Amino acid sequence: MADQLMQQLVNSLLIGSVYALVAIGLTLIWGVMNIINFAHGDFLMVGMFVAFWFYTLFGVDPIFSIPICAAVLFLLGLVIYRYIVSKVMTGPILAQLVVTFGVSIFLANLAVMLWTPDFRLIDKPLLSGTWTLGAVQLSVPKFAASVGSVLVSAAVFLFLRKTKTGKAILAVEMNRESALLVGINTERINSLSFGLGSALVGIAGAFLSMYYYIYPQVGGLFGLISFCIVAFGGFGSIEGAFIAGILIGFVQTLGGYFFDPAYKYAIVFMVYLITVWIRPQGLLGG
Amino acid sequence: MSSLPLLEVQGVSKRFGGLLANDDVSFTVKDGEIVSIIGPNGAGKSTLFNCITGFYRPNAGRVLYQGKDITRFGADRICKLGIARTFQIVQIISDMTVLENVMTGAFLRSARNGAARAKAEEVLRFTGLFEKRNAAATALTIADKKRLEVSMALATRPKLLMLDEAMAGLTPFELKEMIGLIRKVRENGVTLVIVEHVMEAVMELSDRVIVINSGRMIVEGTPKEVVVNTEVIQAYLGERYHVGS
Amino acid sequence: MRTFTPRQISVSAVVLILLILYPLFVRGSFPVHVMILVFLFGMMGVAWNIIGGFAGMFSFGQVAFFGIGAYTSSYLLTTYHVSPWIGLLAGGVLAALAAAAIGIPCSNLRGHYFAIASIAFAEIVRIHFNNWKLIGAAEGLTLPMLPESFRNFMFHSTKTPYYYIILGFLILSLIACSWVSTSRMGFYFRAIKESHDVAKVLGINFVRYRLGAIMISAFLTAMAGTFYAQYILYLDPESVLILPISIQIVLVSMLGGAGSIMGPVIGAAILLPISEVTRVWLGYKGTGIDMMIYGTLIMLISVYQPKGVWGLLSTIGRREA
Repeated sequence: MADQLMQQLVNSLLIGSVYALVAIGLTLIWGVMNIINFAHGDFLMVGMFVAFWFYTLFGVDPIFSIPICAAVLFLLGLVIYRYIVSKVMTGPILAQLVVTFGVSIFLANLAVMLWTPDFRLIDKPLLSGTWTLGAVQLSVPKFAASVGSVLVSAAVFLFLRKTKTGKAILAVEMNRESALLVGINTERINSLSFGLGSALVGIAGAFLSMYYYIYPQVGGLFGLISFCIVAFGGFGSIEGAFIAGILIGFVQTLGGYFFDPAYKYAIVFMVYLITVWIRPQGLLGG
Repeated sequence: MSSLPLLEVQGVSKRFGGLLANDDVSFTVKDGEIVSIIGPNGAGKSTLFNCITGFYRPNAGRVLYQGKDITRFGADRICKLGIARTFQIVQIISDMTVLENVMTGAFLRSARNGAARAKAEEVLRFTGLFEKRNAAATALTIADKKRLEVSMALATRPKLLMLDEAMAGLTPFELKEMIGLIRKVRENGVTLVIVEHVMEAVMELSDRVIVINSGRMIVEGTPKEVVVNTEVIQAYLGERYHVGS
Repeated sequence: MRTFTPRQISVSAVVLILLILYPLFVRGSFPVHVMILVFLFGMMGVAWNIIGGFAGMFSFGQVAFFGIGAYTSSYLLTTYHVSPWIGLLAGGVLAALAAAAIGIPCSNLRGHYFAIASIAFAEIVRIHFNNWKLIGAAEGLTLPMLPESFRNFMFHSTKTPYYYIILGFLILSLIACSWVSTSRMGFYFRAIKESHDVAKVLGINFVRYRLGAIMISAFLTAMAGTFYAQYILYLDPESVLILPISIQIVLVSMLGGAGSIMGPVIGAAILLPISEVTRVWLGYKGTGIDMMIYGTLIMLISVYQPKGVWGLLSTIGRREA
């Protein structure tokens, strides 16, 4: 019994770290621009497919696709921001909420049109197999994905706190008007944040592609869970998103283990609802 | 008429992180009075307002209204009890007409559309906005918007009306009109507590003046007494100025 | 909301007469089917508007109430042979109770948080129904084929009676919405939507009024669900509890003009024919082109006409005046 529990705890950490990376990308966008990118999950899907096609067509292992996925998604984020999202920022809130749904539906179905709804898998990645540590089975790709996610998350923390651009992003996040007064080009920061947030989820996609099924609708659930994670951790809070991602990994895995695997996502959503009832601003939100 | 003061503020303190915005403030307001609260910018006047009207919860102290402890009550409950207020930045409902705005206030006491409308029209006649009742609320001048805000508050049939810098931004003519309106309100049996910077209004209207500086109440008295008080002058002009030396 | 001008009344009367005569003059069942969908989503859009357009609570989880309504009446029918009309009321009441249950914790949430909470709620319902053996889980529920009659709320040879029923429901929803908007509730919603401070200072108890609005909205949406069940005669979670339905409900309201009573109906009248026609022409191969068009439409509307058709008409009206 204890062994099983150990396994579940390990699994929690593995999925939680990837969730954390996805959530950090989302919260960056949310915190800076106060807009929820409902297409975030579909960006993840695009990242996964980029990795898949580079593997299938050019034999590039997902590990080496990471920079490619980051770049592609960064560009996609920039384009979507510049030509679509930026235009609704001055409009009614409803339009802001709805527009990224449009992007989401468009992207998911573009994928269907281009690549069919079939499920794909990268069958022979460089990192494969399972390590056995005592009673725990550790899937190598999952482990690599989670370690990679933590490393990238750490890199993001450092970038935001130590570089001039990163600090500018944090400034805009904290107080837009003041940032403007100090001479920060908030429009440029917007584009950058959207691009960066998308790049992060693209990297998460590359990680996930090492072991997860790749198909056009995969973004749906991941997207929903990432919204819950971000709101749970406190919108705009990078630390909050990271911690919340890990916690939700636990909630999902342990919830599924102790209660019923079919309900694991329902449990995540329930935890989210309870949290916003008791603490509407999330764990670390202001 | 009971001898109980209408409003009692007892030792109210409010802290924001490291900043003590209100420090042990106490005063009472009797039925039918007009009391002004003055003080330099940042003295804590609006914070005090918010503590009394249920927008903030004081860290210490009590607020008693008609003898009842309302310190922990929410703003909507306090309104129902009969305390109405306005804001420094005028808060009205932008996608409604003047009449609809006031009706929204009237609905607190009148459940039906017809009764609310009648009450609203009555209030608008009182405040002089009746002619403009079908105008869009956003189309009004600043002075009229302030009058609208007062009308909305009056429609809730308060016993105590608290005005937060109602005179700010008004021309001399508009100022006279607002002063006249406030007098009318008091004549109609409503007690008033007003936060003000415009000294002319304070001098003309107040029965008593309370001076707040750096969160503390430093002086209380009639307008004449307060205006020559050295502490008050120092508070406004800084320590470097000496009076009567 | 203003009282209606004589011109508006006569225009509405003409439109109503045309709508009543419509099924008698068109050929085939597809045009009637499209209009049924228009009325169905129009109705749900009007219900959404009560909380979204008026009170500023943008719910992206209305499909939960749709599904609860559909499943309640269908389960009562298949298992206990309860009349669908009674099932309709039962579904509405259950949905209203569910709305109250979720509404209390969510009543203080703003904008984005409320939207996500509503999605989370709807997903919980979907996942639960997907695993609930009692109502068929993922396999779904098939309604019994009863002899066609108004009493049985079932017709097999023609869609026309369905058309009139849903039109009636829609008119009912419009009356409810209109009543809400001119009543104290309507005024309070607009105050709450404007600013929480204004609402508080006028003595408005948020929780009470928000709950009231959410419950009315849920009841009406559940009615639409029962109608759908009786129309299609088959339910499963993947067709009556999915997010795209919620999005479509928001969309018709936004397209027509959230905050105006007729807005969602206009939005539905524009959006549903487009989506149905593209689905039939382009969607059946599974290529997803129809949905790509739909997604593009959403983006275009959000960017270029977020206030919807009603917003457009108001601007024109104001210029003329």
